[in-house]
Amino acid sequence: MAEFEFPVDRSAILAFAAALGETNPIYWDEAHAAKTPLGAVIAPPTFAVASAHWNPHHALRGIRRIPAAAPGREARPSESAGDGASLLRVLHGEQRFVYHQPIRAGMRLRVSTRAGKSWEKQGKRGGKLRFSETITEYRDEAGELVVTATSVGVVTEKAVEA
Amino acid sequence: MSGHPKRRASELAVGQTHEALLVEDLSRTQIAMYAGASGDFNPIHHDEPFARSAGYPSVFAHGMLSMGLAGRLLTDWLGDGVLREFGVRFVRQVWPGDTLRGRAIVTAVGADGRVALEVAASNQRGEPVIAGEAVALLPA
Repeated sequence: MAEFEFPVDRSAILAFAAALGETNPIYWDEAHAAKTPLGAVIAPPTFAVASAHWNPHHALRGIRRIPAAAPGREARPSESAGDGASLLRVLHGEQRFVYHQPIRAGMRLRVSTRAGKSWEKQGKRGGKLRFSETITEYRDEAGELVVTATSVGVVTEKAVEA
Repeated sequence: MSGHPKRRASELAVGQTHEALLVEDLSRTQIAMYAGASGDFNPIHHDEPFARSAGYPSVFAHGMLSMGLAGRLLTDWLGDGVLREFGVRFVRQVWPGDTLRGRAIVTAVGADGRVALEVAASNQRGEPVIAGEAVALLPA
């Protein structure tokens, strides 16, 4: 579905850790990190999603125009996202990560996404729910897996109720 | 890959529970910080008129913000770079002003140091917001 580079820099990790209210110096302090077996600043467990900044297919990019949106895909939040379903009818149902090695500052990750399973279920409040998995693989420069992420999106037939 | 563990698997027993405050009185500023850091600019998370026009009482937090906060509970307890798996289901929305508590329960301890956990977070009303599982690899 998409393939792109995700250069991981310490500033991006710091901003992500800060948004989580982190106080752990492993996410920004190189001198601290050098004294641990990790040897380098690493990213928090859910950081891989920040690759969205580099994904030309990312639909929820606000006013961002860089990198350029991939042709044929909508990148304006006020319009439709993904497969044409309204933004408001797409929910993030589930997220899973499998970690093969920590994401370290300075890595140049190669990201590739593909569609996984999809299935349907009858919703509690009426209306059909359509589930679809997106599998994202993050590999290092040697081609070794770093993280495998699986996101489950839920598209509701009716508008989502609060 | 050994990471920087804070404890050994042999120090943990099935049923052992670790709890922590994940966030107190969640602010819109934190949600905006998460949008900027993650690159998820769905306006439902930061644009109050947009959220209201969609029928919500206010903006609400990204599910991934709650997952990130739960990840912090795991790394603070077990160490850095020790997780092998982490997954959650998003059960309920998290609103500005919410206070979340997280909980991890040991469900299995392997002789090889693999520790399986159940992970959950709930709001100030005791309602679950995320529920999931994690696996950490610790020194045996």
